[in-house]
Amino acid sequence: MSLQVSDLKVYYRTLGGDVKALDGATFSIADGEIMGLAGESGCGKSTLGNSLIRLDGRMKYVGGSVTLDGAEMPIWDKTDMIPFRFREVSVVPQYAMSAMNPTRKIGLMISELVKSRGMAYSDIKVELERRIDIVGLQVDVLKRYPIELSGGMKQRMVMVISTLLNPSLLIADEITSALDVSTQRAVAETLVSFRDHGFVKSMMVITHDVSILYQIANSILIMYAGKLAEKAPTETIIGRPLHPYTQMLVGSLPEVGVRYADKKLSGIPGSPPSLLKPPMGCRFRARCPLAFAKCVEEPPFVEVEPDHSVACWKVAGPNA
Amino acid sequence: MLSLNRVSKVYKVGTFGGKDLVAVRDVSFDINEGEVVSLIGESGSGKTTVGKMVLKLIEITRGSIVLDGVDVAGVKGSAVKQYYRHVQGVFQDPFSSYNPIFKADRVFSLIRSEYFPEMPRTEWHDKVEAALRAVTLEPDQVLNKYPHQLSGGQLQRLLVARALLLELKILVADEIISMLDASTRIDVLNLLADLKSRGMGILFITHDLSLGNYISEKTVILRRGVVVEMGATEKVYGNPTHPYTRMLISSVPQLHKKWAQIESELAAPIAGRGGCLFHEAYPLAGRADTRTADEPTLAKIEDDHFVGCFELESEKASRVA
Repeated sequence: MSLQVSDLKVYYRTLGGDVKALDGATFSIADGEIMGLAGESGCGKSTLGNSLIRLDGRMKYVGGSVTLDGAEMPIWDKTDMIPFRFREVSVVPQYAMSAMNPTRKIGLMISELVKSRGMAYSDIKVELERRIDIVGLQVDVLKRYPIELSGGMKQRMVMVISTLLNPSLLIADEITSALDVSTQRAVAETLVSFRDHGFVKSMMVITHDVSILYQIANSILIMYAGKLAEKAPTETIIGRPLHPYTQMLVGSLPEVGVRYADKKLSGIPGSPPSLLKPPMGCRFRARCPLAFAKCVEEPPFVEVEPDHSVACWKVAGPNA
Repeated sequence: MLSLNRVSKVYKVGTFGGKDLVAVRDVSFDINEGEVVSLIGESGSGKTTVGKMVLKLIEITRGSIVLDGVDVAGVKGSAVKQYYRHVQGVFQDPFSSYNPIFKADRVFSLIRSEYFPEMPRTEWHDKVEAALRAVTLEPDQVLNKYPHQLSGGQLQRLLVARALLLELKILVADEIISMLDASTRIDVLNLLADLKSRGMGILFITHDLSLGNYISEKTVILRRGVVVEMGATEKVYGNPTHPYTRMLISSVPQLHKKWAQIESELAAPIAGRGGCLFHEAYPLAGRADTRTADEPTLAKIEDDHFVGCFELESEKASRVA
């Protein structure tokens, strides 16, 4: 097991009280696994990703533990996390387009970066150039400023930098959302090749685009309103999801070949609940067509078959 | 109803506007009543420029846009207001379309003061409610609220409702659902499709092929300002012919087919044909960038299916004329 997260809770501090953005997440990612993390905006997927890297000032660690390769990560302490960041767990941020220092040539920026980790640029230079070649860039990008690169090129450069020290876990947060379809595909396939080359052991790909995950992920975790809804291998999530939310989410996706005239898709009525005072019990209850009396109690996130966990009373059965 | 005839847009760039940048070149297509035309392209393809020209937000450099027999470029002065009675746009970012200082329903009162100053209050109220119902919004949930109190999907639907208050013929929908959540975007998409039955023509501008495929009757694929393939949606998607269209379709992430599988399906060469189908039909025609005004831009390959020149490597040439 590469990554193990148990009952992780991270809230946002606001004047109105705590926003329970991540309210008890338990899951694991195996070595070599690319796990997709999907859900609507505000469901806590970025919060989960960020909390494994760095809690910003508004985020409050409430409970739970994160274990990476057998070592517990002190995610509640910004300073104690320094040895882990970049070496053990690394991130390709949501705005990778602007993640690089605009006043430095890319090569100089990287050399400053590795120096801060006590390494010399000459130690990594050969490997760096090899990886730039693998992602299909020219080595002379190192002599250029970020502004001289296109969006897709910057995205791939940031991916090379993030994985330079072969971290165990890479978190990729919405990295394909701002790209054109053809670049999107190149970036997504680069992610897979990083895993295949062994640059990273496992990966967490956060996106709202389930169809991208179908293409690259081994397993998909669906979140809803700060809770985990369902986790299963990709084919299972797309082919026979069990949680009503997953079913409606997958059913609402238009794809090439589906026409309005032939098959009218429908969205999910209503909107997610406020996380300031989340409702008791199942948080999807208000929008769920299958809700029944039992749903006022909180459904446990249980494994209903090997590698397939769901938080729903209808699936787990009232006696679970 | 609306027809674009060899519309081009050239921007002056560089010092003292010394260089020309051709953003859109010789784009022609029609939008009929009750028809959704999707205009698909990647960033920088000029799809938004076409929409802005239809909305008279920027001038047309060459060519003409004709609405019901009237040349849009010639609409000036007070006639512009009447033009906007029939043609309206909804844009990508619902949050920046509203003034956050005012309540969201101010967009309705602005329409009233401009177009219906004589209408009695109760009649106006009924009209607004009917428009809101048409976009499946509950009036008491959205009226009297500030933009930040409403969701992106609600704001976007309010803007469509605002357009419905007028005698709308053409709605330009520029990436209107790309900022919405997966669970609500399909509702806005269905709403657009329902508007067809009111006899409205919709120009649906998007980069997402699956959305265009879902609602449109006709598809126009733009690449660097030039139409590469166009025709009935089922023909363009069912039998993609231009290499660029095939590349786009093979790059779209699909839900039940992996990329490798789509690619192998599309990799097979089109039976019995090799080389550029456009130049097979018009051997004497020039390339897109050297074309004269009366040369054809698209070749017909089957009923309601047209394709442009296959030449993909004239990128630099087509940018700077």
